[in-house]
Amino acid sequence: MDMSFNTFLRHLREGCKNIFRNGWMSIASITSIVVSLFVLGVFVLLVVNVNQLADEVDSQVEIKVYLNLEVNEQMRGKMETEIGLMPEVSKITFISKEQGLKEFSESLGADGKALLEGFDKDHNPLPDTLSVEVVEATTVAHVADKISALNESHPEKPIMKVKYGEGAVEKLFKITRAVRNIGFIFVVGLGIMSMFLISNTIRVTILARRREIGIMKLVGATNYFIRWPFFIEGALIGGIGSLTTVGLLLFGYDQLFKAFSGDITLGIVLLPLSDIWMFLSALLLAIGILIGIWGSTVSIRKFLKV
Amino acid sequence: MELGRDNVIEMQDVWKTYKNGTNALQGVTVKIDRNEFVYVVGPSGAGKSTFMKLIYREEVPTKGQISVNGFNIGKLKPRKIPYVRRNIGVIFQDFRLLPRMTAYENVAFAMEVIETPKKVIKKRVMEVLDLVGLKNKAGREPDQLSGGEQQRIAIARAIVNNPAVIIADEPTGNLDPETSWGIMQLLDEINFRGTTIVMATHNKDIVNKMRKRVIAIEQGNIVRDQLRGEYGYEF
Repeated sequence: MDMSFNTFLRHLREGCKNIFRNGWMSIASITSIVVSLFVLGVFVLLVVNVNQLADEVDSQVEIKVYLNLEVNEQMRGKMETEIGLMPEVSKITFISKEQGLKEFSESLGADGKALLEGFDKDHNPLPDTLSVEVVEATTVAHVADKISALNESHPEKPIMKVKYGEGAVEKLFKITRAVRNIGFIFVVGLGIMSMFLISNTIRVTILARRREIGIMKLVGATNYFIRWPFFIEGALIGGIGSLTTVGLLLFGYDQLFKAFSGDITLGIVLLPLSDIWMFLSALLLAIGILIGIWGSTVSIRKFLKV
Repeated sequence: MELGRDNVIEMQDVWKTYKNGTNALQGVTVKIDRNEFVYVVGPSGAGKSTFMKLIYREEVPTKGQISVNGFNIGKLKPRKIPYVRRNIGVIFQDFRLLPRMTAYENVAFAMEVIETPKKVIKKRVMEVLDLVGLKNKAGREPDQLSGGEQQRIAIARAIVNNPAVIIADEPTGNLDPETSWGIMQLLDEINFRGTTIVMATHNKDIVNKMRKRVIAIEQGNIVRDQLRGEYGYEF
């Protein structure tokens, strides 16, 4: 297709002008793109966060074995060996009381230092801990029982307590898996749905302009000449729609993030905005522009056969 | 078919049967020379519109040959249609201006299509708007113009690329007598400057007063073809 630069500029100009010429029809198209992409974006954010949560839960399915304060190094080694012999166990990590205190302090965030003031090497209320990971998350309860039973064969009763989240962890684990899968299906479904919604809106606008296309052809315009401004208009509408959506989503997410991050008791940690904004913006912008172009070119095709 | 140099339009035994079985044209043969002004008259449904549509390649003949300005348009590939239409200016009863575009933009569109430089467009469009007497309304959109003014813009668009021929399908059909006369004077002037004009009309007064070539079509056939003819029907 040989098109002069002059004509290309003309198409760009016409594409922009058309958005204003069509007034509320353009607004309708942009709105439908914003609505669809917004829903899509919310689900993407949800899935990304649930994924993150699921990963965290996955790595947290572990059994904490708290040892009695009197347990010496030799006894501890014995326990590690005995637990390590269980076929369900994949990994044992020893967390000393000092290390435990440090981690606890860090998990409290900025306030940690102040709260734990006065506890140090000689005044440490935490026990030594063995962190046991299992091969199959579902065997956690069974393994925990087996570890508790080890106390029976030792008169010193070296184990103070065995903890593994008592079902809550397993339940959360199941839920996150489900949300992850359902969320993915939803995102795909919504993507397809928004394509139809948007192409329909664009089809209506072009239907209204069928007469115009007929007139353009009478004056001797080629199909390419007619198509270009529509193409550019579609891309612009998609771009404006997705940028609006990105703005709304990022602003809303930022507010949500700020509201949650101040409250650690909820236990929900959203991914920070800086981790996701690029991905989200690029994704929505690409989808928006593609849908805009796709909608306008597909819909115009059948009217060009005038 | 041999093409005479001066024949802008030639039809050779042209038949047109529509899909619903209507025989709109039945063996029409006609030649229209450069510079001619031709009225096409006849009762409604006699085939006038089909005759016009075949010239600007809105319809394809079922049988026969048509050449317009040297193009054998019966055998034209769809891809080539736009290039033929650029040599033909069309004017309709319902004006067919692009809505939401100003008068200037409407006329300029026909020049943008053939990739004319912007500067040339500006000069030529203003020239043509001046010719039709609407230079001062260049910035108005069609719905801000009267019927007569809209038709003048349509005429400006039709002539802006200096076509060899103008096809006018009842251009005064929606206008009052006085406005119609204004339009006819304008078309006469354009014809005087060298453009062939083929105009279908039901307007008895105009045909009888202007005395140009008249082609009467009835039941798909040319039943009368006279120079300086009359309308010949009561309505």
